[in-house]
Amino acid sequence: MDIKAYIESGILELYVAGQLSEKENQEVYQLMQQHPEIRKEVLEIESAIVKLTGAVSSNAVKFDALKDKITDTKVIDLKPKKNNWISYSGWAASIILAAGLLWTLNNKSQLEEDIKTVATEKQYLETQIEDARNNLAKTKDLLEAIRAKDIVTVPLDGQGNFDSSYAKVYWNKSDNAIYLDALGLPDAPEGKVWQVWSLTLNPLTPTSLGTIDDFNTDDNKIFAIANTNESQAFGITLEPEGGSETPTMEQLHTLGIVNATP
Amino acid sequence: MDHIDALVKQFQDKDIKAFETLYKMYSNSIHGVVYNIVKDTAISDELMQDVFIKAWNSAESYNSSKGRFFTWILNIARNAAIDKTRSKAFRQSKQNLDASFFVDIIAGNSNLDNQTDAIGIKKFVNQLGEKCKVLIEYLYFKGYTQKEVAETLDIPIGTVKTRNRSCIQKLRDIVL
Repeated sequence: MDIKAYIESGILELYVAGQLSEKENQEVYQLMQQHPEIRKEVLEIESAIVKLTGAVSSNAVKFDALKDKITDTKVIDLKPKKNNWISYSGWAASIILAAGLLWTLNNKSQLEEDIKTVATEKQYLETQIEDARNNLAKTKDLLEAIRAKDIVTVPLDGQGNFDSSYAKVYWNKSDNAIYLDALGLPDAPEGKVWQVWSLTLNPLTPTSLGTIDDFNTDDNKIFAIANTNESQAFGITLEPEGGSETPTMEQLHTLGIVNATP
Repeated sequence: MDHIDALVKQFQDKDIKAFETLYKMYSNSIHGVVYNIVKDTAISDELMQDVFIKAWNSAESYNSSKGRFFTWILNIARNAAIDKTRSKAFRQSKQNLDASFFVDIIAGNSNLDNQTDAIGIKKFVNQLGEKCKVLIEYLYFKGYTQKEVAETLDIPIGTVKTRNRSCIQKLRDIVL
């Protein structure tokens, strides 16, 4: 190949101008690698054109201005990736943390609630134990009272329309007290109250031993009542609230006569 | 592999130092080519930067077997500038692009007075024959094909090649 003729053809000037076909470009490139003269020629043409075109410029902007733009672009390119990773894991962590906190909080209030319930139950049980103890003491007292040697037992039977009613009086004369077991009486209706009477028979004289105001709320229906009378009989009537001076005989529910000898 | 090839390789590997060196070598040329087309300094500044950013971002698409790096970036610059002149906004702001050639711009370029090559280039431009001015303008600044130049100047294609060679020879004698 005639290298000199190839150079003189002017093809290398067109190569630098960018006016050759792709095939011609490849050819020049290969010849440049093989022939230093061709390579040198291309570089000189390029250098001359660079100088000529540069002379038209009124001065290009400094590279720093461009560098900022490139680095900016770079940063913008990188940022979202970085951000994404950090923010995704950040969000995930906060969600997990929030869920954990809520769970813990929920657990805590649940436990507090449980403690409260247990405390209430404990209090309630303590009250029950207290009550049971009181009940036991009362019952013992009662039992002792009833078992006492000189106790007089007076059964009170249902009267007239109230023959399903019954009661029992345990009278301890030495104590001046009676224990009225009124389990066989119904609850007093509203506005009414049970009133206990001590009676002497000849002549028939009733003496009030008082009303049983807490009858409906009492559990064992046993009431201790003071009695200093020489009673010959006991009766229970239903009276208006507050009690009556004399018994209302139509409302006499139970009556029992004291046996002279126990 | 020469110095430029090595630089281009580093540039393709996103070496910003290599890019800066290439920028210093070619930015005035690219600016000049763009300015010769758009005839506006501010637009040229912007376009020139766009061209280099585009080159940086698509560095991997350059292949040395397809042509010189300078030719590649020169081509990007000409296309960007021509695209710009076709935009509606540009056409409205520049009713009549003045028809001056690179030679006129060089002759009136006061910035050149302080540069080493300036006197030589101005002298070259003054001595340059009319046919050389047109050939260089069309082939290097405007990116016309050999055929387009031949048709415009009404000369045979082969003549474009040889006549251009002698024009560039004169340039080389003065500036190198």
